[in-house]
Amino acid sequence: MPSKVVAGLGLSHVPSVGAAYDRGRMQTPAWKPLADAYVPVREWLAKLRPDVAIVVYNDHGADFMFDKYPTFAIGAAERYPIADEGFGTRPLPEVRGDADFSFHLIESLVADEFDLTVCQEMGVEHGFLVPMNLCFEHGPGGWPVATVPLQVNVIQHPLPTGMRCYKLGQAIRKAVESYPGDLRVVVMGTGGMSHQLQGKRFGFMNEKFDQMFLDELEGNPEKLAAMSHRDLMEQAGAEAVELIMWHVMRGALSAKAKRVHRHYYAPMTTGMGLITFEEK
Amino acid sequence: MHRRRPRGLGLKPIPDTTIFDLRHSQRGWRLNKLCGSLCRPENREAFKRDEEAYMALFSLTEKEKQLIRARDFAGMIAAGMNIYFMLKIGSVTGNSLYRMGAQMRGEKYEDFLATRNMKDAV
Repeated sequence: MPSKVVAGLGLSHVPSVGAAYDRGRMQTPAWKPLADAYVPVREWLAKLRPDVAIVVYNDHGADFMFDKYPTFAIGAAERYPIADEGFGTRPLPEVRGDADFSFHLIESLVADEFDLTVCQEMGVEHGFLVPMNLCFEHGPGGWPVATVPLQVNVIQHPLPTGMRCYKLGQAIRKAVESYPGDLRVVVMGTGGMSHQLQGKRFGFMNEKFDQMFLDELEGNPEKLAAMSHRDLMEQAGAEAVELIMWHVMRGALSAKAKRVHRHYYAPMTTGMGLITFEEK
Repeated sequence: MHRRRPRGLGLKPIPDTTIFDLRHSQRGWRLNKLCGSLCRPENREAFKRDEEAYMALFSLTEKEKQLIRARDFAGMIAAGMNIYFMLKIGSVTGNSLYRMGAQMRGEKYEDFLATRNMKDAV
């Protein structure tokens, strides 16, 4: 059997979720709606038995500084330590990589004209870890999947376009399908949804926009990927531009992929979305 | 030869919003570099021990130092601080994202919380 992309997930990576999780607050009324939404997602993922998760995320100044800032950076290591992003290190197991798979991905993506920054060392933080802790059971023995972290510049403009991200997803699918063996891969697009964290418009959210985004991601992904950064930021807040990372995930799926889960919760300053797709 | 600085292909402004672009990043480099250094626990301790000495390590201008002394978060953003880097100095000075946000909105913390759907989700 050839290797294949078996599923894709779009989900928010809000740091307060990590703090609530680490302090055992996920069953409090404020967090239970989110916690409950992920129970069936973890069960579904456990049944899908993925070998590797490609986690498309952005660093928030834990491991990448503006002295040199890559547009796309990819992990090529056997392990990824938990980074300190300024508030200490989360008590999570070190993340396992799959360097051989990373090398193949990188060779295939660069041949397809995606000129990635290749990272032998990469500390991962909330952008990566919150989706992991929500989606996968883990403990002292580690995580049930290996990962490839794929870091996207969504904070220092100019950013890659939404369509560039979508096409990167398509190239990832092609790379996976040419990997020898029968690796089962999930792609996770993280970040968003609507939020703005600076200026007088701090706290801005737009549920109508977020629901539209979820609809279109399912039904009309190429049109959605063509949306300009400015339109996205004007309608959903400046930091909502993280949503372009969801296009990488969507681009990695076939036209036949079916939506499985969908959830939305907006308690404080960020619309927290969740959508999953499974290949048939 | 005199060369006029190009305005660039930057995005059209959005009201009450900072788009962190290369011009902001260049202007804010010293501030962002200081904040990035706070990812190490020993540096956080050094900052807490002696803020002035710590700031002196990063060649901040007097105006930039004043923004930190005053915990002027809107001013830091205007000076080129990136929001995700500002979270680190917020944390080390006891100012959560939501406290910084309330200040940037020009509101009291409690008044800001009252505008939220579920204010316990912090």
